[in-house]
Amino acid sequence: MSSVAREWREIPGRYNLKGTKCENCGSIFFPARDFCPKCRRAGIGKVVPYNVCRTGKVYSFSVIHEAPDCNNAMKPYAVAMVQTDDGVLVSAQLVDVDLDKIEIGMPVRAVLRKLDADGASGVIHYGYKFVPNL
Amino acid sequence: MRDVAIIGVGCTKFGELWNKSFRALGIEAGMKAMEDANLSGSEVDGIFIGNMSAGRFINQQHIDALIADYSGMATHHIPATRVEAGGASGGVAFRQAVMAVASGMNDVVLVGGAEKMTDLDDASINSVMDATADADWEAGMGVTFASLHAMIAQRMIHDGIATREEIASFAVNSHFHGALNPNAQFRKAVPIETVLKSGPVATPLGMFDCAPISDGAASLVLCPLEDAKKYTDSYVKVSAVTQASDTLALAQRPDITSYGATVAAAERAYKQVGITAADISVAEVHDVYTVAGIMALQDLGFYKRGEAGKAVLEGQCQLGGSGVTINTSGGLKARGHPIGATGVAQVAEIVEQLRGSADKRQVENAKYGLAQSSGGMGSAVTVSIMEAI
Ligand SMILES: [Zn+2]
Repeated sequence: MSSVAREWREIPGRYNLKGTKCENCGSIFFPARDFCPKCRRAGIGKVVPYNVCRTGKVYSFSVIHEAPDCNNAMKPYAVAMVQTDDGVLVSAQLVDVDLDKIEIGMPVRAVLRKLDADGASGVIHYGYKFVPNL
Repeated sequence: MRDVAIIGVGCTKFGELWNKSFRALGIEAGMKAMEDANLSGSEVDGIFIGNMSAGRFINQQHIDALIADYSGMATHHIPATRVEAGGASGGVAFRQAVMAVASGMNDVVLVGGAEKMTDLDDASINSVMDATADADWEAGMGVTFASLHAMIAQRMIHDGIATREEIASFAVNSHFHGALNPNAQFRKAVPIETVLKSGPVATPLGMFDCAPISDGAASLVLCPLEDAKKYTDSYVKVSAVTQASDTLALAQRPDITSYGATVAAAERAYKQVGITAADISVAEVHDVYTVAGIMALQDLGFYKRGEAGKAVLEGQCQLGGSGVTINTSGGLKARGHPIGATGVAQVAEIVEQLRGSADKRQVENAKYGLAQSSGGMGSAVTVSIMEAI
């Protein structure tokens, strides 16, 4: 369960893969962070909004057969760590895919989908998932 | 800083203990450790407790107060502190206690670790485990704790670091020893076929790659090394206890087939003692999933990258094997994994080994033993090295 505010404040990242970039060292951050852990004090004020590339390749993956109740209806479902074309690793679900044909290196792209819902009358969570980029 | 000794250990049985409450388990372990150390109770001047999530498992926060109360310490107003660091809660509680005695702030400290998991349903328990990774950007996206470990395993197999069989063999090693431990949840050796054929949880990992859901508690008593003989002839020295951190989310790291925090904590610990990994005879590692166990053997320096899996599959890490003996307690997989208790129980097992009281699990002539406790995806790791006296 989570509040509407908690859902709402993460919309830029969840819907549009909006991260940040440190102009001091060039590091890209997703999810967005305002403080560069590499530059620390030298990066203050130099971390700016950045749109993470929506295409990439499967870096690793797994097909989930046991999951918390909220995701029960989807089982089995695939998740992947995707390395975007600008080098960011993102963990997400992999959908519209033959579960037996997923492999490391497979090209994928981000889409916006429903993630889950907090019960019948609760907040509906939306966010990025990845699909094969054919 | 003063040298610190462990003068008493106590563990409950681990498992699905329907008839025992959180407080009953905590007190049972504590009383066993006090009895083991020949203490009356009035000597204790501090308590540290590892507990991950009593708040979600049994709706009880403030378990430091609960334990102080039920152990008879509250009426003497002895300070009690609860420590949470995901799966490393017990390891970090132990380290805090060692620091308290080493610094001179405390003289006799009781360390406890406890978790009561089975009062909650399985799906909710899994969601508590998922919350030790990044709740917003991993668990919230449908990426479970098991699937994060599975993705490490998938990548290890892809990169030629370990095969599926080698990863699975870690469970065989843990179960082999669990069969010899009267306190273990599973006291049955299993062949590798059982692990490989177990129902899928998150591919390539199956049910037998995962530590079980458990209730249980463990406890230790610490005092300055110079005072240990006042209480007992059977004690061990704490030679080093180090801690290291890493990013919360696995995806934030350049390499997912090694835990940098384990590497860092181990390097600091070996340096502090003036030894290398080759000097360790027996170790307890955090095999919350089989793949985490294989990774730990490499990150702790027992084996080079790509060699740990082969070694475990060959039986090198079993009692009587040619390598360092791993998880004589049965590990998280077979002894059980009541989360907050685990890090403390690991140290207790090493103490039993070094003072020669490990019975059928006894490793011969061990001088140094090591315990590795890991929280989340190796985001908090402690490495403790104990020495026989
Ligand atoms: Zn920077």
